[in-house]
Amino acid sequence: MSKELEFLSRRVASGKLNRRDFLGRAAALGVSAAFANTLLSDAARAEGPVKGGLLKAGLQGGESSNVLDPALNLSQVNFNFGKCWGELLVELNPDGSLENRIAEEIGSSPDAKTWTMKIRKDIEFHDGKTVKPEDVVATLERHSDEKSKSAALGILQGIDTMKVDGDSVVVTLKSADADFPYLMADYHLVIQPNGGKDNPNAGISAGPYKVTIDEPGVRYGGEKFANYWQGDKLGHADQVEIVVINDPTARMSALQGGQVNMINRVEPKIVDLIKRVPGVTIQTTSGKGFYPFNMFCDTAPFDNNDLRMALKLAMDREELLDKILRGYGSVGNDFPINEAYPLFSDDIEQRKFDPDKAAEFYKKSGHSGSILLRTSDVAFPGAVDAAQLYQQSCAKAGIKIEIKREPGDGYWSEVWNKQPFSLSYWGGRATQDQMYSTAYISSADWNDTRWKRPDFDKMVLDARGELDQDKRKKMYRDMALIMRDEGGLIVPFFNQYIDATGKGVQGWVSNPAQEMGGGYALAMCWLEA
Amino acid sequence: MSSPILKLVAQRVALGILLMLAVSVLIFAGTQVLPGDVAQSILGQAATPEALANLRAELGLNDPAYIRYFRWLGGVLTGDLGTALSSGQNIASSIGGRLWNTLFLAFCAAIISVPLAIVLGLLAVRYRDGWVDKLISGLALASTSFPEFFIGYLLVYFFAVQWQIFPGISTVYDGMPFMERLQAIALPTAALTLVCLAQMMRMTRAAILNLMQSAFVETAELKGLSAFAIIRKHALPNAVAPIVNVVMLNLAYLIVGVVVIEVIFVYPGMGQYLVDHVAKRDVPVVQAVGLIFAAVYITLNIVADIASIVANPRLRHPK
Repeated sequence: MSKELEFLSRRVASGKLNRRDFLGRAAALGVSAAFANTLLSDAARAEGPVKGGLLKAGLQGGESSNVLDPALNLSQVNFNFGKCWGELLVELNPDGSLENRIAEEIGSSPDAKTWTMKIRKDIEFHDGKTVKPEDVVATLERHSDEKSKSAALGILQGIDTMKVDGDSVVVTLKSADADFPYLMADYHLVIQPNGGKDNPNAGISAGPYKVTIDEPGVRYGGEKFANYWQGDKLGHADQVEIVVINDPTARMSALQGGQVNMINRVEPKIVDLIKRVPGVTIQTTSGKGFYPFNMFCDTAPFDNNDLRMALKLAMDREELLDKILRGYGSVGNDFPINEAYPLFSDDIEQRKFDPDKAAEFYKKSGHSGSILLRTSDVAFPGAVDAAQLYQQSCAKAGIKIEIKREPGDGYWSEVWNKQPFSLSYWGGRATQDQMYSTAYISSADWNDTRWKRPDFDKMVLDARGELDQDKRKKMYRDMALIMRDEGGLIVPFFNQYIDATGKGVQGWVSNPAQEMGGGYALAMCWLEA
Repeated sequence: MSSPILKLVAQRVALGILLMLAVSVLIFAGTQVLPGDVAQSILGQAATPEALANLRAELGLNDPAYIRYFRWLGGVLTGDLGTALSSGQNIASSIGGRLWNTLFLAFCAAIISVPLAIVLGLLAVRYRDGWVDKLISGLALASTSFPEFFIGYLLVYFFAVQWQIFPGISTVYDGMPFMERLQAIALPTAALTLVCLAQMMRMTRAAILNLMQSAFVETAELKGLSAFAIIRKHALPNAVAPIVNVVMLNLAYLIVGVVVIEVIFVYPGMGQYLVDHVAKRDVPVVQAVGLIFAAVYITLNIVADIASIVANPRLRHPK
């Protein structure tokens, strides 16, 4: 039977049998339609990408105020377009490992303080120049300059010196960092000629597409770069285009009407309806993003760990996941890491809703009266509803929560990281170290739970410098346990990226690093002939 | 033309200029009280304190408000709208294309809706209180009563998704073939036409019906003129003033009030541009767009005023 199916699916892929007939015959062989469809797409992939044509994406997250400069790249549209034209030193694979791109090889000294990146020869920029180690150093210089407005400035602060050494770039760090190569995968660090110092907005790098259209907030386009260094590996369509569609309904109708081939940010509440639309495929990816309830560990009443524990136990994570994300996510465990990260330990006990125990801890904390929780629509989609559900589950434990709904304007400047108990979101980082360093060490500007523990800081530093992966994994497990039982962070759930592709789109590979297959959807997909 | 009219027109224009100045002060003051801070908004949640401080210094956010007002007004009067804080691009040149898009959409909607509204209004008067009148009024009022986003989505659902006749998103760009451009804006044009049709139609109907009671219409009837001839030759010219007023009001709406339609159809016009920059606290852009909208509104109102002055025989032929 399987041989028969394999034969049939190859016939479909080569165009000798149509899809409907195939599904019919597969059904006759007793195979479910869903499984038969999987077989088909495997066959199409095996048949190889179809070259040529125009591939279009309709994306949320673009504004008329955007610029091409990768340093200022903060929105989804620029992120996705950046992956079309830009090239990085290294890139994150779907399994969380690193793939060398412009860097051919990365090695470190035994103390993980000196890193040598060998730069690949004969990679060509879109303007015809060759990528040289000097361009790499200039790029890192531009992003790490203290006066820089680059969003990558923070993660590059550990760099002490850098220099060109033959065909390599040698970087010395102020302190040991075993994750240094992961920092180089940050999507802002697009290698540009002379680091983009001359014209950061030129949109010139070494990616699979050359920038042809740059209309901020409206549309972007690229044409296949003939001398792309990876040849046919990426960039199957002759042309790619991104249309900025911020309205979710318009995005969906554009996909259904065939004006675009793929969209991002499908709302969880309509996913079940969209699944029934013929030709539309929902692409979900479990990512690293999560939606925290943040408590300030140094501000009363949250400076009491019994109260913090009561508030953690009083959260019904399953209910929140079910009602707010409609199941498109996974429950959190009160530390900022999940299985999408390398070196994650999956044996940490899942915290469950336990109103009795919560009441016990609440009584022990000696707190009385209501607790003020601030929320807003902009914290995350459904944040106001999430706060209300939480209020109800807390009531079951005898804890009174008062909700204050803050205006979206100024939420990030006036409420988040300013008020002691509020809702927020985190997009996740490439590695555990980056996540902890960004928000959970004493000196972090974005320490939005005021988690200031010298012993924890030391653990983060030690783990950062540890090159033995087994030891490191154990260290991260210990950190997760401390965070989970003593931290100021309540994590109801990690979210999923929900994207959708239209008729005939093939080659999609999800990547937990980001939405739209890590931003490569346009470069890696093709249209069925 | 006699001097009283010239004087009146000059008065209106002077008043308009004064109004513009007052509006410019208001716009400037209004943008000062927006909560939050430009630098913070540009960098968003991902702002580091270093990047914030650098950006604030670069944008000159530390000067007092009145100094920034006069610097800005001076620039505007010399045709320099400044540069956008968030993107560093010249505002005048980036607004240019979008203003043209907005005007083009407004123009297309206007050349369909204005004649249609007036003709329907005349028909309604001719067959007043009959089924034609009731049908026209009913449909027009129904289409106005629905919120514009509902009409927009309804059109998208049927014409773009179900039947796939017109595109559901109206992304237009420079160098787009004219026919393609027309096709792209078919749905937003239809939505706008439906939204603003009723008011103009009802006003035409009311203004002319009012005149149908007058003595000169009765005379015309007694002369034996046909109903259409009476409406066309005697009633319509005398109803021009109120009709022009409501038409101008709707034209102004078509230019400055179409944010919702632009968002639904992803049309790259002024409204979307304004909303993006309000969200980013990009004050120079918000001020520039606000000023342009105010200028459009005031100019159209002056035109309406002048038209009613000129159309008024008592003012044209003073004793």
